[in-house]
Amino acid sequence: MKGLRFSRSQLCIPYAVFLILFVIAPLVVIVYYAFTNGEGQFTFDNFINFFASTNTLGTLLYSFSLAIVTTLVCLVIAYPTAYILARSNIRKKYVLLLLFILPMWINFTLRITALKEILSLFEGNISSYPFLNSVIGMTYDFLPFMILPLYTSLQKLDNSLLEAASDLGANKLTVFLRVTLPLSVPGIISGVTMVLLPSMTNYVVLDMLYNSTYIMGSLIGSYFSSYDWNNGSMISLILLIIIFIVTLVTNRFSDKDANNRGAIL
Amino acid sequence: MKKAFNIIWLALILIFIYVPILILAVYSFTDASMVGGSISYFSFENYLNLFKNEELRNMIFGTLVLAFVCAAISTVLATIGAIGTFYSKKLPKTLINTANQVPVVNADIVTGFSICILLIVIMRVGKDTFIPLGIGHVVLTAPFVYLSILPKLKQMDNSLYEAALDLGATPAQALFKVVIPQLIPGILSGFMLAVTLSLDDYFITTYTKPSTFDTISTYVVNATKGSQTESKTALWALSTLIFLVVIAVVIVMNVLASKRGKEKK
Repeated sequence: MKGLRFSRSQLCIPYAVFLILFVIAPLVVIVYYAFTNGEGQFTFDNFINFFASTNTLGTLLYSFSLAIVTTLVCLVIAYPTAYILARSNIRKKYVLLLLFILPMWINFTLRITALKEILSLFEGNISSYPFLNSVIGMTYDFLPFMILPLYTSLQKLDNSLLEAASDLGANKLTVFLRVTLPLSVPGIISGVTMVLLPSMTNYVVLDMLYNSTYIMGSLIGSYFSSYDWNNGSMISLILLIIIFIVTLVTNRFSDKDANNRGAIL
Repeated sequence: MKKAFNIIWLALILIFIYVPILILAVYSFTDASMVGGSISYFSFENYLNLFKNEELRNMIFGTLVLAFVCAAISTVLATIGAIGTFYSKKLPKTLINTANQVPVVNADIVTGFSICILLIVIMRVGKDTFIPLGIGHVVLTAPFVYLSILPKLKQMDNSLYEAALDLGATPAQALFKVVIPQLIPGILSGFMLAVTLSLDDYFITTYTKPSTFDTISTYVVNATKGSQTESKTALWALSTLIFLVVIAVVIVMNVLASKRGKEKK
């Protein structure tokens, strides 16, 4: 080791190779498979299959509505929670925050098992209200991921700005709407991305709750089970494009330093 | 009045989060076969089954080995990669940072599916070799380790490395004795994050795992769909155990962190 001479920048080579082989190459392969058929010939069939079928379009629509409702419900629950945690003078509020985000580290399938038992207890047959239970399940799963970024951005809020606003005659509601809320936009945006995209794809939550699923992720799951790589790739590609657009939009607002999945550890 | 509202709100959310987990915990100590079912006696049977039942034991052990091995590989790869990239020229730096962002924002299901196509369908790597599964989990976790090391690199005093070289250290010595020790907090939190991400993963695992191997997530999903009561109630015990372990780890990490904070002051 002592005789080894290298410049520091050369150290990035192994990681770069790894990213090319296992991050970039799989995406290239997805694009190739999405536009070829089983014999490897170029085709738009998979593309047409997706947009000509009422089944897949319905799934896309259902995914969107489920994801948007879930995100809104999470936001409505998480914003006041994060606000109270960050702005009030409760002692040891850091410990309290930990209580709210601790579920993040418990395996989500086990948490959904617990939720399913409770929902069955209250509702009897939970497949009677599929949309409602999907929203409850997803909210239960993703809520901590919404609370954490909101807390982080509200916590950083400069108190003197709020004081200045009320000194200048703004009432409490105005201070909130014109100062607090705009300044917490980065937190809202990163919370929304943390919830919106997974709730379009995490079909296991629905699968576990009532054995049948109608969201984008489940389409990939069913093509995977029937070894239909080409149509599966087309769904993946469409999801990739949606993710890309969402990322592009949110990157303009979001907090660059936030690494929300691990901010506490 | 306002304070009372705050406390009631926080309490309601905590009830929503914890009631399912806690009720499951209570039932895990009984002979009941479903939540809300009749309890005739309390027992540790479910906990004993976790260790007695070979299938369950192997599944838990396999999940842990997979998580720790992949987290270790990710940590080494991403640490070296982050150091190298940090000192690279602008173009490779931007490219690597962008590629690193892909698995972070991408849906896990697309990551898993694309790796499955590349490695299993095209390159015909056998699922039973555990190679696709291992690579999948490293792809999932390494970018997050990379992101938790980056801020530490930015904080680091650059002149220390130069000084080490001036004093006659080889680049390797300077790297191991000067640079890496300063990154330890970032490396450790990255490693912990990698372990939790791997333990929580369902999608990448399903698309890349050998058919006879199960992690906690895939096992739980199959068990909730099936009707095997014995393994179902044993999972309640597993959920409770994981809950207790997570609480313990969070407490230990925070006690250590506050000690470190005090020493610095």
